[in-house]
Amino acid sequence: MKGSRSYAAAAARALQSKSIPGPESTTSLLRELVAHLRQNRTQLREEWARRITEAELLTAMTKEEVFAEATSVYDNYVEALETGTFEALQAYARNLSERIIPRGVETHEVIGIVLLLRDVLARSLFAKYQGDFTKLNRILDAYEPAANRIANTVSVGFVQERERIIREQQEAIRELSTPVLQVRERLLILPIIGVIDPQRARQLTEQLLRGIRTNRAKVVVIDITGVAAMDATVANHLVQTVEASRLLGATVIVTGLSPEIAQTLVTIGVDLGKMTTVGDLQGGIEEAERLLGYKVMQFSSDAVDA
Amino acid sequence: MDVPVLKQGPYLIATVQSALTDADLAQLRRTLVEQVGRYRSRGLIVDVTAVDVLDSFACRTLRDIAHMTGFRGAETVIVGIHADLAFAMVQLGLSLEGVATALDLEEGLAYLNRKQRAAKAAAPGLRPPAGKSPTRDRRGH
Amino acid sequence: MAISEHIPIKADTDVLAARQKGRALGLQAGFASIDITLLATAISELARNILLYAREGEIELRLLHEGGRRGVMVVASDQGPGIADIERALQDGFSTSGGLGLGLPGVKRLMDSFEIRSLPGQGTVVTAVKWELR
Ligand SMILES: Nc1ncnc2c1ncn2[C@@H]1O[C@H](COP(=O)(O)OP(=O)(O)OP(=O)(O)O)[C@@H](O)[C@H]1O
Ligand SMILES: [Mg+2]
Repeated sequence: MKGSRSYAAAAARALQSKSIPGPESTTSLLRELVAHLRQNRTQLREEWARRITEAELLTAMTKEEVFAEATSVYDNYVEALETGTFEALQAYARNLSERIIPRGVETHEVIGIVLLLRDVLARSLFAKYQGDFTKLNRILDAYEPAANRIANTVSVGFVQERERIIREQQEAIRELSTPVLQVRERLLILPIIGVIDPQRARQLTEQLLRGIRTNRAKVVVIDITGVAAMDATVANHLVQTVEASRLLGATVIVTGLSPEIAQTLVTIGVDLGKMTTVGDLQGGIEEAERLLGYKVMQFSSDAVDA
Repeated sequence: MDVPVLKQGPYLIATVQSALTDADLAQLRRTLVEQVGRYRSRGLIVDVTAVDVLDSFACRTLRDIAHMTGFRGAETVIVGIHADLAFAMVQLGLSLEGVATALDLEEGLAYLNRKQRAAKAAAPGLRPPAGKSPTRDRRGH
Repeated sequence: MAISEHIPIKADTDVLAARQKGRALGLQAGFASIDITLLATAISELARNILLYAREGEIELRLLHEGGRRGVMVVASDQGPGIADIERALQDGFSTSGGLGLGLPGVKRLMDSFEIRSLPGQGTVVTAVKWELR
């Protein structure tokens, strides 16, 4: 890059007195550029949208949507060039990402469209200044660093937003996959579905133990009907969960134990006789209610009423 | 570090207020066994809510306390174990097997009361049997 | 920021001190509260072994940074009698002192990595690391 210092000095001079002739500053070059982009807004914007469709980018969106977003991006782009500040563009990029990520727009598409805009604008500059080569070079020198920064801002904004959404989704999926449900006072149900790896097993235990404390649960039914397989590590974890729950004063009933998983437990040396197991979830809940003394209490209150 | 021991009816309540050294733990065991004998307590609650770590020696001491006071006719309930702590204990391999546990003081007292009533209903005038876990036997009438 | 701390283990109060320092370091390393408890429990077991079998020694706690992940390393060293049969000492339930024999195998389960070196008559060094989750 050429001495930006001299550009700055020139800019300062130009601002002090516009009448002094001399080399044009970056600022004034950019101003000229911006004026050109404003004048040809409709045409350049259409050209850009056309190129986007041609390159088969943003296919998840309709033509109208692409054109509407192209308009906003274009205006924000020009504004960033004019003001040299990127906050508005950054906010817009984040907002745009938030809207288009759920629709399946990929990182390469976003980078692709920003690079296309850069190309469309550069070509239009060529067309305008092809008669004056020195001027064209100066204009491009002023344009390129700004355009690169804009491309960077938009791409980074998109990637960050994407990462944030992925993190949020992972978190939500994890929460969803290990819900601790309170069905009655002091009774929690933990239906486990899908594949449990050691990391999920641990998370599940943590969630359950916290749940026992906050809900003051006395009985927990862990239903593993939906668990296809369990390796020794995870089976061990299940046993530890049962033991840890007892340390908090809660009894665990395990339901839906498949013969395969029962075999795994026996193989790792678990005494199944020490673990309360009931065939299915319904039976498990009934056993839990019996342990909680619900029938007894109902019976005695009926007796008082009578 | 002194552990205050409170006499409440037929029960003793020991509240551990901070981390205990080995010497403190040994002292606690002596005190509790002695006091259970002196007051002919039916139950003993050890509240460990303020304890951040229960390692193998501490668990062994708690187990010893439960066994020794059991011989003297009192059932011990350990209450207030934190969720994190419970997880660490079972990872270590310490599940306090054979010792009753309850969520907190209130639950511990409720458990002992249930055991007392059950024992009286079964054999009036006799002392309740000690050493059963509340998680096995919570169907008190 | 303390990168490394040496805690001499000579009395049973030192066990508590080591545990406390471990907690503080775990917090600094961004550990979840459950991992801090696991770390503190492991430190407790190692410090207690030093006291019981070697009478004195040292616990070193070190904050680690590796590939963007933070961790805490515990080095428990003493110049006591050493362990004759390490393999047996690592089995659940093996104890020469009438203990539960869960200390060493337990520490191995509580931490993410575990290494023990010992020479009879020369001493024992146990090195264990706990990493921050993800
Ligand atoms: N620092 C040490 N120096 C010498 N021997 C040791 C040391 N640490 C452990 N040992 C030996 O290894 C055995 C197993 O140790 P471990 O901590 O697993 O169990 P423990 O100390 O006997 O009982 P617990 O820790 O459950 O109270 C000990 O009994 C002891 O013989
Ligand atoms: Mg030990």
